Amino acid sequence: MAEYKGVLICGEVTEGRLESFSLELLGIGRKLADDLGQELGAVLLGSGIGDAAKEAILFGADKVYVVDDPLLKDYQTDSYTAVMEKVCKQLLPDILLLGQGAIGRDLAPRLAFRLGTGVTMDCIELAIDPETKLMVQTKPVYGGNALAVLVCEQTKPQIATIRVKAMAPLERDDSRTGEIISIPAELDPAAMRTKVLDKVKEEVVGIKLEDARVVVCGGRGIGGPEGFSQLEEVAKLLGGAVGATRPPCDSGWVAAHLQVGLTGKIVTPDVYVGIGLSGSSQHIAGISGAKNIIAINKDPEANIFRVAHYGAVGDYKKVLPTFIQKCTELLSG
Amino acid sequence: MNIIVCVKQVLDPELPPSAFKIDPEAKKAIAPRDRAPVISPFDENAVEAALRIKDAHGGTITTLCLGRDLDMAVVKKPLSMGADELVLLQDDAFEGSDSFATAYALATAIKKIGEFDLIFCGRQSADWDAGQVGSGIAELLGIPSVTPAQKIEIKDGKVVVERVVADGYEIVEVSPPALITVSNELGEPRYPTMKGIMVAKKKTATVWTAQDLGLDRSMIGASAAKSKMLKLFIPVREARCEFVAGETAEEFGANLALKLREAKLL
Ligand SMILES: Cc1cc2nc3c(=O)[nH]c(=O)nc-3n(C[C@H](O)[C@H](O)[C@H](O)COP(=O)(O)OP(=O)(O)OC[C@H]3O[C@@H](n4cnc5c(N)ncnc54)[C@H](O)[C@@H]3O)c2cc1C
Ligand SMILES: Nc1ncnc2c1ncn2[C@@H]1O[C@H](COP(=O)(O)O)[C@@H](O)[C@H]1O
Repeated sequence: MAEYKGVLICGEVTEGRLESFSLELLGIGRKLADDLGQELGAVLLGSGIGDAAKEAILFGADKVYVVDDPLLKDYQTDSYTAVMEKVCKQLLPDILLLGQGAIGRDLAPRLAFRLGTGVTMDCIELAIDPETKLMVQTKPVYGGNALAVLVCEQTKPQIATIRVKAMAPLERDDSRTGEIISIPAELDPAAMRTKVLDKVKEEVVGIKLEDARVVVCGGRGIGGPEGFSQLEEVAKLLGGAVGATRPPCDSGWVAAHLQVGLTGKIVTPDVYVGIGLSGSSQHIAGISGAKNIIAINKDPEANIFRVAHYGAVGDYKKVLPTFIQKCTELLSG
Repeated sequence: MNIIVCVKQVLDPELPPSAFKIDPEAKKAIAPRDRAPVISPFDENAVEAALRIKDAHGGTITTLCLGRDLDMAVVKKPLSMGADELVLLQDDAFEGSDSFATAYALATAIKKIGEFDLIFCGRQSADWDAGQVGSGIAELLGIPSVTPAQKIEIKDGKVVVERVVADGYEIVEVSPPALITVSNELGEPRYPTMKGIMVAKKKTATVWTAQDLGLDRSMIGASAAKSKMLKLFIPVREARCEFVAGETAEEFGANLALKLREAKLL
C-alpha cells in the first residue's frame, strides 16, 4: 500500500474568505497533525480563492493546495468529488477532515464511497490513539442521546466531518509561514450532471442566529405565530435573536432557517432561553455549546430542565409578560 | 416516473431522552417494549415527495427496506400512504452492516428491480444520523445525487430540486436517473387513508436474501464494516437546574428576571 501521510482539511471559501468553520477544521487538524508529528495541509476549492490561502496558513496550515477554476464556482457534487478524488490520490493524506455544512455533508460520503474508505459524519471530538496512531472519532448518534466512538482501521484516508462550532480555531498567527501550491482542476464539464439554476437566500433581519450572544428559542408549546412575536420582544430586549425547534418551522410559524438543532443551526450563545419546548435530544444537539441555559415550560418533567441552569415552571403566556416587564425595569434602572 | 424510495425502520426518535437505554456490551440501543418502531422520519418525507410526483405525473413507487425484526405494520405504512410495491431485504448476513454494506445491498436490489427514474432517500436516518447511504447508492449506481431537498418538481423531463443550504436554498437541475435525499422542509407526510390501510394489508412484500441478490459475502455484515465501533455510551449530564421561587406563574416571570440579574446575565 502506498504511504498515506499527513492531515488534510477541506476548507470552504465564500466570496474570497475562509468560512469560520474552516478555521475550526484548521484548529483540530493542526492538533492531530502535531500529535502525529506530520504536516497539516488545507485544500481550497472554488473560483476566486484569493487571500483565503494565506489565511489558512495564518490559522495553522503548513501547505495550502488551491484548486481555482470557474467550474468550481458553485458547489456541485460531481465536480467537487472529482477534484477531491484527484487531490486525495495525489497527496495520499492519512486523515481528511471536512465540515458538516452544506458542502461537507454531501461531499464527504460521496468521496468516501469513491475512494472505498470509511467516513464518520458529524464528529464532535477527534484524537489520535497514541498506540495505533489511528484517528479516534466521537460522533453523537440517536439524535444525540448517545455517543459512538469509532476508528477506521483498514482503509485510508480516514475521513471525518466535524460538527460546526464543536472545535475551537487557533488564534491567528501572522508570523506563520507556509507554502501555497496550485493544483489544476482538469474538469470535464460534460461530467457534471447537475446545474445550479439559482440561489435563494433567506433575508436575515437583525442579529444572525449563529452569531447571537442571546438566543431565544420557541417550541411547539408557543402555539402559533402570534406567540413568536412575544419571543421577538424578549430577543430584542436582551439583544439577541429568535430561533425555534422543528415543529414551529414545519408549521410555518417561523422561517425554516430559524431551526436550531441537529439538522438546523448550531448556536453557542452566552444565554439561551428555551420556551415551550421539551428539550428533545435533536434540539439539544444544537445548543450544547450554550453557556447558560434558561427554560420556561409548564411541565416540570420536561427534558429541557435536565440541561437547564435556570428554570421556571409555568404557562409561558403568564410567565413572559412579568419577565419582560421586570427585565425592562432592571435594564433601564 | 418510476420512483424507488429507501425507507429504514428505526427506534422511535421521539422517545423522551430519559427513556433511551443502551446495551454498552452489545454497543446497541435497546428497543423499548412499549413503543413501536417507526419509519425514519425523513424517509416518510421521501415517500411524500414520491407521492406528490406520482399525483402529478403518474408512475409507480417501490419502497425498499433492509433490516431485521421488521414490524410489518410499520414497513407497510408507505403502501397505505399510496406507494405501490414493497421490497424487503432480510438476511442474518446483513447483521452489523455499515453504511457501505447497506448501500451496496440496496444498490444491488435497485438493479434487480430494474426500471427506475428516481431514487429517494431520507437526508439521514434517525438512529445513526449519518446521511451516507443515499450518496453511497448513487455512487455505486454511477448516477448523480442531490442532497438534501425541500422540493422536487418535474419540468420538461428534467428534475428541478430545491437543495437546502444554511441560509436558504439552491435550485438544482438534474436529469433522471438521479438520487435525491429529502429533508423535513418538504412538508408533512400525508396520513394513510382507511382505504389505503386496507389495500396495504392485502399486498405482500417481496423478500430478498443476500443470495437472491447474489451479493459478495465479503462486502456485507459486520466483518465488512469500514469503521469499527470501540464504544457506545450515554453522556452524563448533571441535573442542576435551579428553579425560580414563587407562588404564581407571574411571580416566576419576575423572579426569573431577578435571577438572571443576580447571575449577571442581564
Ligand atoms: C433525525 C431527526 C432530526 C431532527 N432535527 C431537529 C432539529 O434540528 N431541531 C429540532 O428542534 N428538532 C429536530 N427534530 C425533532 C425533534 O425530535 C422533536 O420532535 C422536536 O425538537 C420537538 O419540538 P418541541 O420541543 O418544540 O415540541 P414538543 O416536544 O411537543 O414540546 C412542547 C413543549 O412545550 C410545553 N408547553 C406546551 N404549552 C406550553 C405553554 N403554554 N407554556 C409553556 N410550555 C408549554 C410542553 O410541556 C412541552 O414540553 C429532529 C428529529 C429527527 C428524528
Ligand atoms: N437499512 C436501510 N433500508 C432502507 N433504506 C435505508 C437503510 N439505511 C439507510 N437507508 C436510506 O438511506 C438514508 C440515509 O441513511 P444513513 O446514511 O444511515 O443516515 C435513510 O434516510 C434511508 O432513506
